Amino acid sequence: MYEYSAEDRAFLAERIRQFRAQVARRLDGSLTEDEFRPLRLMNGVYLQLHAYMLRVAIPYGTLNPRQLRQLAMIAERWDKGYGHFTTRQNIQFNWPRLIDIPDILEALAEVDMHAIQTSGNTVRNVTADHFAGAAADEIADPRPWAELLRQWSTDHPEFQFLPRKFKIAITGSPRDRAATAVHDIGLRIVRNADGAEGFEVLVGGGLGRTPMLGKVVRSFLPKEDLLPYVEAILSVFNEFGRRDNKYKARIKIIVHELGIERIRELVEARFAELRPSFTGVDQEVLARIARMFRAPDFVRRDTAPFEAARAADPVFRAWADTNLAPHRTEGYAIATISLKAHGATPGDATAAQMRLVADLAEEFGHGEIRVSHEQNLVLPHVHKADLPEIHARLKAAGLATANVGLASDIISCPGMDYCALATARSIPVAQGIARRVEELRIEHEVGPMKIKISGCINACGHHHLGDIGILGLERAGVETYQITLGGDAGPEAAIGSRTGPGFSYDEIVPAVERLMLAYLELRESPAERFGETLRRVGHAPFHAALYGEEKADAA
Amino acid sequence: MTSASPRRKPGAPQAQVVTANELLGGEVVYLTADDRWTPRIAEAELIEDEAHAQIRLLFAQGQPDRVVGAYLAPARRGPGGAVEPAHFREAFRAKGPSNYPHGKQEALGNV
Ligand code: SF4
Repeated sequence: MYEYSAEDRAFLAERIRQFRAQVARRLDGSLTEDEFRPLRLMNGVYLQLHAYMLRVAIPYGTLNPRQLRQLAMIAERWDKGYGHFTTRQNIQFNWPRLIDIPDILEALAEVDMHAIQTSGNTVRNVTADHFAGAAADEIADPRPWAELLRQWSTDHPEFQFLPRKFKIAITGSPRDRAATAVHDIGLRIVRNADGAEGFEVLVGGGLGRTPMLGKVVRSFLPKEDLLPYVEAILSVFNEFGRRDNKYKARIKIIVHELGIERIRELVEARFAELRPSFTGVDQEVLARIARMFRAPDFVRRDTAPFEAARAADPVFRAWADTNLAPHRTEGYAIATISLKAHGATPGDATAAQMRLVADLAEEFGHGEIRVSHEQNLVLPHVHKADLPEIHARLKAAGLATANVGLASDIISCPGMDYCALATARSIPVAQGIARRVEELRIEHEVGPMKIKISGCINACGHHHLGDIGILGLERAGVETYQITLGGDAGPEAAIGSRTGPGFSYDEIVPAVERLMLAYLELRESPAERFGETLRRVGHAPFHAALYGEEKADAA
Repeated sequence: MTSASPRRKPGAPQAQVVTANELLGGEVVYLTADDRWTPRIAEAELIEDEAHAQIRLLFAQGQPDRVVGAYLAPARRGPGGAVEPAHFREAFRAKGPSNYPHGKQEALGNV
């Protein structure tokens, strides 16, 4: 994976030195909070409900064991012994003290990590398919491009004061696992008719109060044109973005207002201007980066131990059947480690768990760990013969829950348990649903199901993209939960539609249960997924399950 | 971003407390009648009068070296006479998160 250069390290050291001085000036009164707030946000420091929060970027979701161990150390030394992995492949520490944060940033820098541009109106952490470089269905590893984008966008003087934050996601696989359709820019590696690789470029996707799917601005962009093209998009955004109204400031609004044709004209015109100034230096940098993402040296070994364990141990079999994905190399698998034990907080890992995953990656996984936007960890390169031992060790640490992609593998934002912007809690709703499906023992019968929960309209929990989406709001002084159905984050991305009146905190888990049971009744066969059933039978039967026949008719 | 903190509706008189986060550590704190900052809402000054509330808020905002983000939060006197939060958001701030026994519930044991 990518290793920092001397310049990268010097830049980080300088930024930390500056931040340490800024904290000192805040504490001695020479900076007011109004002056200090933008400075701390530039370094990923938020003030949340109960404490400060530090958001650390995990670029394109890739970690090495040393980094994960350092995160564990930080969690133990300066936080409460755990970290929270987010839907944007970041990790958040919920309890750091302001005065400790310069030290934490130094500890991060020791392992080539930082919290820069995890906030503010900048280009945020570039996210990628968490199976990148491993997936059997992949055209090319998107991470060298993601790293190129990261280097180009970090501290880029033109893009530090964008009209609003800007999120880029990239996938190298036609089975989009990076939710590229709901990012400001979505990049999909594709092949054209001649077999050449390039990018399909989407622009203007996003969730929040105005959810929109990205539109294709260029169906095939030659790979080497990526930086000038992305720069052209950002430059159009910088010029036309609605700085007058923050609710209209994301690029999706100008794509919507001006139309994709007009945006395309503007972007292409700007691209034509910019292209000549890219003289190939970026491609040299890319070549250097790409060498660091060389695939591991895979070996050929007998997979008999895997088959034997699968036949002998039903617990291992259940885990293998849900948590493994096809690897592009024979004999290997991609193992997803669920951070969604029934009743646990989605996306949380303790320091001990982080260390175990780091050990496993080192011993069996070519030193690679991934963080998924679905808030799980991934060992992308493990040989099947090692899986029985990996599973046994995960099990001992409470990390072997066999539920990846199932109803209890819930995406949940921190909600009102932590987030200062929240209008309702989301974590306990996720815990309640997961416990309930465990009690009913139905999730393997229900099969693949995406439940996603956000604690406010900002939609960090991607609720619009869930088969079942849940949005927590405040109505008349109490928590109220609105349900959306039929969302999809994948290549056939879709925004879910709202069902009807919301449910109270006590009613929301039973309501989700009724939806699951209705789906079991309505589906034609176990192969028909929730979204397919919904499309076939329409919303009415699900409304009936939620509200009773009468209300459903009236709705 | 919009603040989710509950705003009082005009014409609906409600008691309030001055609350903020402590500057160094970020902990939720409340202003007492004798000008201290306390981590316990029960010890906060319950302010019924709007004009007085504004004065107390200004006093709090004049201490940027101690606290950050001071604002008025709805509160009331509970059955036992202690001041308690009057909105669920403030109840979480006064107690801590619901997924772990962290925050004030850990430090104070009995909130
Ligand atoms: S969706 Fe709202 S509550 Fe949840 S993390 Fe985002 S801003 Fe906070």
